[in-house]
Amino acid sequence: MFIEFFLILKTTGLPVSLREFLTLLEALAKEALPYRVESFYYLSRTILVKHEQYLDRFDQIFGAYFKGIEEIDDALFLNIPEEWLRQNAERMFSEEEKAMIEAMGGLDKLMERLRELLDEQEGRHEGGNKWVGTGGTSPFGAFGYNPEGIRIGGESRQRRAVKIWEKREFKNLDDKVELNTRNMKMALKRLRILTREGRPEEIDVNGSIRRTSENGGMLELEMVPSRRNNVKVLLLLDVGGSMDDHIETCSQLFSAAKYEFKHLEYFYFHNCVYEQLWKDNMRRRSESVSTYEVLRTFNRDYKVIFVGDAAMSPYELTYPGGSVEYRNEEAGMVWLQRIKDRFPDMVWLNPLPVDYWEYYESLSLIQRFMDYRMFPLSLGGLAAAMKALKNRKLAFKQG
Amino acid sequence: MKFRSTDNYIATEDLTIAVNAAVALEKPLLVKGEPGTGKTMLAFEVAQSLNKEIITWHIKSTTTAQQGLYEYDAVSRLRDSQLGEEKVHEIANYIKKGKLWEAFESKKRLVLLIDEIDKADIEFPNDLLLELDKMEFYCYELQKTIKAKQRPIVIITSNNEKELPDAFLRRCFFHYIRFPDEKTMQAIVDVHFPKLDEKLFKNAMKVFYELRDIRGIKKKPSTSELLDWLKLLVVGKVGPAKLADLDLKEDLPPYIGALLKNEQDYDMLNRLRYGFRR
Repeated sequence: MFIEFFLILKTTGLPVSLREFLTLLEALAKEALPYRVESFYYLSRTILVKHEQYLDRFDQIFGAYFKGIEEIDDALFLNIPEEWLRQNAERMFSEEEKAMIEAMGGLDKLMERLRELLDEQEGRHEGGNKWVGTGGTSPFGAFGYNPEGIRIGGESRQRRAVKIWEKREFKNLDDKVELNTRNMKMALKRLRILTREGRPEEIDVNGSIRRTSENGGMLELEMVPSRRNNVKVLLLLDVGGSMDDHIETCSQLFSAAKYEFKHLEYFYFHNCVYEQLWKDNMRRRSESVSTYEVLRTFNRDYKVIFVGDAAMSPYELTYPGGSVEYRNEEAGMVWLQRIKDRFPDMVWLNPLPVDYWEYYESLSLIQRFMDYRMFPLSLGGLAAAMKALKNRKLAFKQG
Repeated sequence: MKFRSTDNYIATEDLTIAVNAAVALEKPLLVKGEPGTGKTMLAFEVAQSLNKEIITWHIKSTTTAQQGLYEYDAVSRLRDSQLGEEKVHEIANYIKKGKLWEAFESKKRLVLLIDEIDKADIEFPNDLLLELDKMEFYCYELQKTIKAKQRPIVIITSNNEKELPDAFLRRCFFHYIRFPDEKTMQAIVDVHFPKLDEKLFKNAMKVFYELRDIRGIKKKPSTSELLDWLKLLVVGKVGPAKLADLDLKEDLPPYIGALLKNEQDYDMLNRLRYGFRR
């Protein structure tokens, strides 16, 4: 009877398998549970959910399903923080527009209307004067007659927007790509730091023979700890915007890195690192981690690899509030410096061809900041970057 | 017989259901949660309330799955052979049984606690898949299969230092111990300090939750820290009034060492006191 429920869990991306479903049925048959939906909820949760990151999703689906609603609220729907709009309202609207807003009943009314519209609207929309979309006269949306209106969705034409509010659905970098990653894996292998550490648990054959013969033929053993790759890597990936052109390369890198480094941690950011990072692009607004948290969690042994094109508006680096997404209290550079202070071994991989580098002001800024340890995301660049992570004196020479 | 809250352990409803389901279906139960929320305690309480013996296997970074099964001491056998010892002819003399073997051998059903599984090598859980699933393993040296006489109740704890492999998770039931809400916390404290002054408790809780709410605390104090602290407050005869108007921006609470366990957190608190707010 719960097959439908199970299928919905499966289609909404909760990793459940038939085995767990059968276990649940078995549990229901065996366990005399009180007839309460809570008990069923707890039981199914303990059997079907295997990781705390899925608890929330499970709760949502469970709630929706057992209310008799079969449509699950799109987890990607974002509520726009009112605070942000208010902060920016002053700056973003001209006097005329402000008057218009007043005419429509003030900002509160407008916000309400916006929510209604987002709720009502399904799919993408262009033109017209009601829906939130592109090219219309509605005060919401991109490229509208309200030139500096609130941008919701849509791609910036110059790819260097100074302010966007986008309901982004960044594509997660897929780490299952296996094609063409072998070369990258080989390049990444240069970062192996093999150490003999810990308990001696392997017999050192040569040493044992030597000692046994010294001992007049009586057995005498020599033990050594086994060799392990102890390198720890923290991968910080830029996603969205101009990085969309490089998704394939980045996915390959990510896939190779996941395979090669056992101690690999990764986080995403957009354009520049600020106080929040996230692990899942689909749920970045609900499940981000504070950058402070990341700085504290990982110790100095971690080698940091940035992956990004470093092409952004220079304000994003140098001014508080320069982020294209929200009001950041501190400039991007401040955050980069914090990361630099924490992790002495750091390189930047840039998917842009080296010839283009000089055309971006922000890129030069970051290059200087990184002490020229920015490498192109090519096989050669990758190998050089891995070398640089082992030798702090190495830098990338252009041309 | 079912597991439920005991005289000294408060189990929430979801936890009892998870434990009882794991017991009934003979599946390992994986327990996660913030440090100090009673994950390890749980195994002992389950053993006690179901009246079972408990075998604990504490995992360290160097622990291998094989050690849980058995270890063959080839070196001492070699040495004995040189010394002409009699026991060298029997290989079983050199097999050291591990915790899993011990648990499998028991005639009565018992509780097996595999504590902090995430401390071990990343492959460790994968090496135990068959053993936990079928509750049997093969001993090559003796050429025989060791099979559990009674499937033990397996409780596994993890602190999330490493991700566990999917194949392993599939074989387990999972429960995440949430940090207790105030009502549950009250029940827990009641169990440990039945005669606690109500005012003192209220004020202490206020300070405790304020401390937990400070942004950027590395190791948030949790249940076990709270219990230690309350004990110190009682022993040190700290009156409720002393905690009543305590403002974390002004003063450190008494016996703060019981709550905060690392110096960065002191730093954070000091910064708060001297007004260097981030």
